[in-house]
Order: sequence, then structure tokens, then C-alpha cells
Amino acid sequence: MAVPLAFFGLFFAYPVAAIVGRGLKTDTGWQFGRVAEVLARPDIAGVLWFTTWQALASTALTLLIALPGAYVFARFAFPGKQLLRAVVTVPFVLPTVVVGTAFLALVGRGGLLDELWGVRLDTTVWAILLAHVFFNYAVVVRTVGGLWAQLDPRQEEAARVLGAGRFTAWRRVTLPALAPAVAAAALMVFLFTFTSFGVVQILGGPAYSTLEVEVYRQTAQLLDLPTAAVLTLVQFAAVGMVLAVHARTVRRREGALRLVDPAQTARPPRGRAQRGLLAGVLLSVALLIVLPLGVLVERSFDAPGGYGLGFYRALQDAGAGGGTFLVPPIEAIGNSLRYALAATAIALAVGGLAAAALTRRAGRLVRGFDALLMLPLGVSAVTVGFGFLITLDRPPLDLRTSWILVPLAQALVGVPFVVRTMLPVLRAVDGRLREAAAVLGASPWRAWREVDLPLVRRALLIAAGFAFAVSLGEFGATVFIARPDEPTLPVAVARLLGRAGELTYGQAMALSTILMLVCAVSLLLLERLRPDKTSGEF
Amino acid sequence: MSTTRKIAGVALAAALGATTLSACGGGTKDASAGGAADAPKSKTVTLVSHDSFNVTDSVLKEFEQQSGYTVKVLKSGDAGAALNQEILTKGSPRGDVFFGVDNTLLSRALDNGIFTPYEAKGLAEVKPEYVLDKEHRVTPVDSGDICVNYDKQYFADKKLAPPQTLDDLVKPEYRNLLVTENAATSSPGLGFLLASVGKFGEDGWKDYWSKLKANGVEVVDGWEQAYNERFSGSAGGRKAKGDRPLVVSYASSPPVEVLYADPQPAEAPTGVATGTCFRQVEFAGLLKGAGNEAGGKALLDFLIGKKFQEDMPLQMFVNPVTKDAVLPELFTKHGVVVDKPETVAPDAIAKNREQWVKAWSSTVVK
Repeated sequence: MAVPLAFFGLFFAYPVAAIVGRGLKTDTGWQFGRVAEVLARPDIAGVLWFTTWQALASTALTLLIALPGAYVFARFAFPGKQLLRAVVTVPFVLPTVVVGTAFLALVGRGGLLDELWGVRLDTTVWAILLAHVFFNYAVVVRTVGGLWAQLDPRQEEAARVLGAGRFTAWRRVTLPALAPAVAAAALMVFLFTFTSFGVVQILGGPAYSTLEVEVYRQTAQLLDLPTAAVLTLVQFAAVGMVLAVHARTVRRREGALRLVDPAQTARPPRGRAQRGLLAGVLLSVALLIVLPLGVLVERSFDAPGGYGLGFYRALQDAGAGGGTFLVPPIEAIGNSLRYALAATAIALAVGGLAAAALTRRAGRLVRGFDALLMLPLGVSAVTVGFGFLITLDRPPLDLRTSWILVPLAQALVGVPFVVRTMLPVLRAVDGRLREAAAVLGASPWRAWREVDLPLVRRALLIAAGFAFAVSLGEFGATVFIARPDEPTLPVAVARLLGRAGELTYGQAMALSTILMLVCAVSLLLLERLRPDKTSGEF
Repeated sequence: MSTTRKIAGVALAAALGATTLSACGGGTKDASAGGAADAPKSKTVTLVSHDSFNVTDSVLKEFEQQSGYTVKVLKSGDAGAALNQEILTKGSPRGDVFFGVDNTLLSRALDNGIFTPYEAKGLAEVKPEYVLDKEHRVTPVDSGDICVNYDKQYFADKKLAPPQTLDDLVKPEYRNLLVTENAATSSPGLGFLLASVGKFGEDGWKDYWSKLKANGVEVVDGWEQAYNERFSGSAGGRKAKGDRPLVVSYASSPPVEVLYADPQPAEAPTGVATGTCFRQVEFAGLLKGAGNEAGGKALLDFLIGKKFQEDMPLQMFVNPVTKDAVLPELFTKHGVVVDKPETVAPDAIAKNREQWVKAWSSTVVK
């Protein structure tokens, strides 16, 4: 518990407190009157209201669309399943500017919907909600599906044998077991959409504004730190309330479950209903996720003079025409991977330790600690980034220009994922299994290897995948810290998009496609990590 | 309790595994400022800037060879964000020189006192209208114009003359043709708003925007979206089937459109409405508390030297500020000369910016 606490204290609580403090504290002392003053402004109230309700609606819609997907990925075996699981995570890593582009091609003017049915959704809330589903589909499929795949189907069968109807059996057996994972997924989706920035701006147009956008404007553009500080406190309060609700509803339900090897639970779909469900889910994935991604890929090959690899070739020289980069854009792949590996390592270490601490202890302190770990998801990147600037500026911790700051900042966002995916599974491991192993003469290490590891391995891999994807796609903090000779992929894409001209636009699309590939391939490799049962590595 | 330890074991094992992996991939480049492994501090000079800063490698190398300094460049976000970071870290700056304060932000930078006065060598060569600070806390480095661009093909097909002035834009024949950016979040969006303030005064600009709105102006969030998605004249916009032949962009956008086309066309596909422009001037300054003042001063001299001034246009698509700098052919051939750009005094911008943007939002967006 000490390691995660120190990590969060130093790299989150301290910088954020410092920047908020700078906003609220003047020579004459604390200016808490500012809080009421800012909150009384009608435009701020409107922003708060819109932020909250769009986040709630996005969360509900995401659960509605993604839960059947989670079931299908957990319980059915079908060809191409692993690949598809990696593909649905790809949106997670794309810069919002690029996603906005893809979505406009679908729901915007002259987009696919417009051509088919004359429907235009851009500058409506619907486009925002759909894009949020697109981004967060993987969150639900991975957190809920991960646990679902490990629930023993025989328990539900036993209930059926005892006379329960199909629905009753599901409601009384499976649903209670899944509830913690569903709640965790809902919580994360809510936090993500609550702090949504690019999606709202690009698809909603300037008429819509979220708290996150306001915090960014007040901090980065206007340097109105008092207002930014109040808004950050409002964000804290809102996120805190959601966490409290989550804690009340879920914590009591997390208990020991019978977990089995996921490979045993997935079967090919049988019967018309199951095939129909599978087809429905595949169709929704195709429309919502594969199609927008397809648009980007298509544009990346649409080079002048016919389809081809022209844009990809252009990525290999640094000085093409204008030299937007000190290095060829293609080198961003290496930078991104390096940062992502480091960030994943940090997130797994910190998050793993935190999850372990949370598994075995209860009490108010621990609950507070759990909430603290979730807070980075609900706080604006610009607040953290500017906080870093004014706190980590003296030796021994002058990290402002150091490369390690990037993975550290990314790990802040990765840790909540690690905790939320591992915790339900860890809490579900029945302690008596370990006791039995110990009685039979196993050393603690051996008991852990034979009992815990097989059960949590999957959750660990899912958590690692998340942390990796978060780091690959992270943009907010990286912009503040990135050094121009080491841009990450999203930063490089944004730089290319910031220029006029056909070649740069095409290169941005090509680089986005490479980012998708890097993400999908990395996740596929992660899924295939099968630790050797005898060596106990990993 | 024992579980805690065991899971800690997993986490550590995982971490170790991953660290080993990342160690193979490098990623431990020495990047610490002032670490023991660095050259003596006085040999490195650090330039802090925004994301758009660029320079040709060979030009920078030449400066390094002549001056004996190694230049480190840090970029941190857009112009506003980068400047605000410098203001926040006043007294313990991340570098020696900051480049990228434009005239819309100049007063904020000067009022916060982040710069040390320094009269750069060669300042006499800079056109006097750009030297806005008589104390020389900042040195002008480049200028650029935010202007309405038009799609030549569209107006040729429609046999309609493209608009040339702000007044043209509210005429009925240009209804529903213009797309601009959100003045609250985008720098060209703000520039276009300021152009209207410069032209119609502090009392008249809102009226103008009401007319623009009635004439169907579209507002999107940022330049990327306006230019690459909605504008019919750009390469991206053609692919995205953009249907707005007028966009708020830069005077240098047509040359860029030519430069990044393959093959390069004989004529730029887009033109500039020269009566719609707002002039931006960008400045650099020596940061207070710089670790290497001598190096910083040498770097400032270099920024207004002939080499850098002539390298800039094709790197950042801006105009030089010195009298003797020669523009590259691409600019003389496809660019335009903006004779009478609109301007607004920096302190007026600083004082009214927020209220103007608010008034603009309630007029145009809501």
C-alpha cells in the first residue's frame, strides 16, 4: 500500500493540490468565496449540467450496446475472436481528432448515413454519444467479459436443474456475480465521458462545452487559475459522488465466486437464438467500430495517382517538403512503444500492489484509498500537467524535461484500469483454496503459483492491455512533456493534421493506421502470453 | 495478508518483465536537464516554444558550430498553453529563450514580467512597425496573416467573383459559403474575430457578426476541422466532400497546398481574400532566470539573422520580419501580399479578450 500511496501522493495529489492552491490562495489568504462566485455563473451551471447528463447517457448507451458483446466474447467460440477482441480496443488509442474525422465521414454531411437515408447527426448530441460508445466499447467488453468468461456455467445449470427458469437462473446466479465488474465498467466509462474533450468539441461543435473544455480554456488559454481551480474542485466533487455511489452499491457484493479456466466456458453458438445474438453483436461491432476505422484506412491508401502506399513511403523521410519533424515520423512508433512499455510496467506495479492491498483489507481508509486511485480518470490532464510544472521543478525532482515524466503521467491513467480489472477477480478467489493447498504441503509461493496465478492471470493480461493501450493513445499529458525529437504517434498525427496540404493529410491518416496496427498487434501478442506452468515467470 | 504479499509478487514480476523488455528497447536516453552526464551547463542553450516551431536541421547545426552552443528545443502545446506554462514557472524557467508570444498574448507576457530586456544584434534590420516593445523585452521574429481563403474552382464554376473584403462576406451571393473556427479555442478563430474588431471598432463588430450569422456562417471547433473537413478547396476537404468554398485560414495556406501536393500544380487551388486579414506578429524573449544568458542572447541574435529568417517561410509558413530577407520562390509565386491587414493594440486585446469572446459566443454559437 505504501508504494501506490507514495506514487499518487507525489505524482497526482501534490501537483494538483499545488495548482488548485495557487488559484485559490492570494496574499490575503484563501479565497473560498470564489467558489460560490464561479458556481453562480449561469454559463458554468449549464456546462456542469450538460457534462453530467451526457456522461450518464453515454454510459447507459455503452452498457446497452456492449453488454451483449461482453457475453458473446465471453461465452462463444468463433473464428477470429481474438483478432476482433483486439480490434474493438483499437478506438481506445486513437487521437480524438482522428476519431472525429472518421465519425464525421459516417454521420456528418455527405457521410454514409446521409447518402443512405439522408440522416445527419453531426452537431447533435447523438454523434457525441455514438462516439463515446465507439471509444468505450472495449472497456465493457474487457472488464465484464473477462470475468464472465471465468464464471462457472455449471452453477447456472444447477439452478436450472433445481427448477429455476432460464431468466431466473441468470438473475439469481450470474447477475450477482457479474455486478461488480459491470459496475466497475460503468464507473470507468462514466469517468471517461465525464472528462470528454475532443469528441464533444469536434462532433458537437462549439455549442457544446464540457467541464474539461472549460478547465482547459481557463488554464491553458486564459490563465484564469482561480476559475480553473474552482472547476477542478467541481470535477472532484462530481467524481467523488459517483465513486461514493459505486462504493455503496458494489463493495458489499464482491465475494468469492467459482472461477474456472475461460477456455472451458466458450462454446460455438448453438441454436437459432444464440446464432442470432452472435450475428447481432458482430453487426453492431462492424457498424460502430470497424466502419469508422475502415474510413481512416481507406483514406490512408487513397494517394494521388490511385490507391497505393504513397503516403506510407512519405512517412520515412524527415524533410519531405517542409520537415515538420526533426526525425522521420515513422520513428514515432519506437518512441510510442518505449513509453508504453515503461508506462505499463509502472501501472502494473503500482496497480497490482494497490489491488492486492484492497483485496484483503476493509474499512473506511481503504475505501478512501480506492477512491483516490480512481480520481486521475476524473481530473483534467491540463490540471495535472500544469501541476507537474510548478511542483516537479527542483532537484532532485526536476522532471519537467525528463522522458520519465511521460510514462509516469500515462501510468496515472493506467492504474485505475489495472485496479478495476484485477479487483473483482482477486476478491473472487476463494481463500479456502489457498488454505487447502497449504494443508497439502505447498509452500506459499507454490500455493500462489498453482492457485492464484491461473485465476488472476487473465485479469492481469487484460489490465496490462489496458495500461498499454492507454499509454499508446494518451495525448493530453504527452503534449506538455514531449520533446520534439521524440514525438509519440498521437503527437505526430496531431502535428501532421495541423498543416495544410494533401501529402500531410494523407500521412496523418497513414500514421493513424499504423497506430491502429501497433495497438492491435501489441494486444494480440499480449493475449497470447501463456506463462509456462512450470517456470512461474510473469 | 499473505495474499497481499503474493500479489505484490505478481506485480513485481510483471514489472520486472516489462522493464527488462523496455530496457532492450532503449528509452533511457539521457534527458535530464543538468544531469551529471550533461556537458557543462553553459554549453547548452534551451529554446522553449509551441508545437509549430520548426527549423531546418542544417541551419541549426550551423548556428551550433559558429557559436559553440548545443541547442535543445522543447515544445509544449499551442501558443497560449506554452506561454502560460512559462508564466507559471516564472523564476525557474525550463529554458533560456521563449519563442512564440504573438501580439494577442503580448501584454499578458509583458505584464507578468517573464522576460529580461535584451536588444538583439541586427535589430536595426527588423521592420520598425514590428518592434512593439520599446524596452526590448521581446524581439519580433516573424509575422503572418489570418485571412479568408477561397476555393478557386468553385467560384470559377459558379462564374462568381470571390469575396475580397469583410463587407463582401455578408452579401447574399456568399450565403452559406463560409466556415470559421471557434474564437474561444482556436487561434485563427480569434484572429478573424479581431479582424472584425479592427475594421468595425469595439462598437460595430457584434453587428457585423449578427449579419454574418444571418448569412449562414458555419462555426466548427478548430482549424483542422474547418480546413481539412469542411473547406472544399483543400486536399482533405475534397476527400471529405467539404462543401464550404470559404474558410478562415492563413495567407500562407495556398503555397502550402502547392508544396504538399504530388505532383505540384502550376497554380494554387486556393486564393486569399486580402481584405479580410488580421496580422499576427510572433516574438521571442530571453527568460528571466535563464541558466545560460549568454547562450540565450546568441540564440536571439540568430533568430533575426538572415539564415533563420530565410529558412522560416518553408518551415513555419510565416513571413520574415527583416528588410533584407528574400522570400522563397514558392511564396513569391503562390503567396499574396497583404497591404492593409487589420490590427488591434495588444493591451486592448489583453483587456477585452475574454469579454469579446463571450459576446462572440452568445452572438454566433448559441
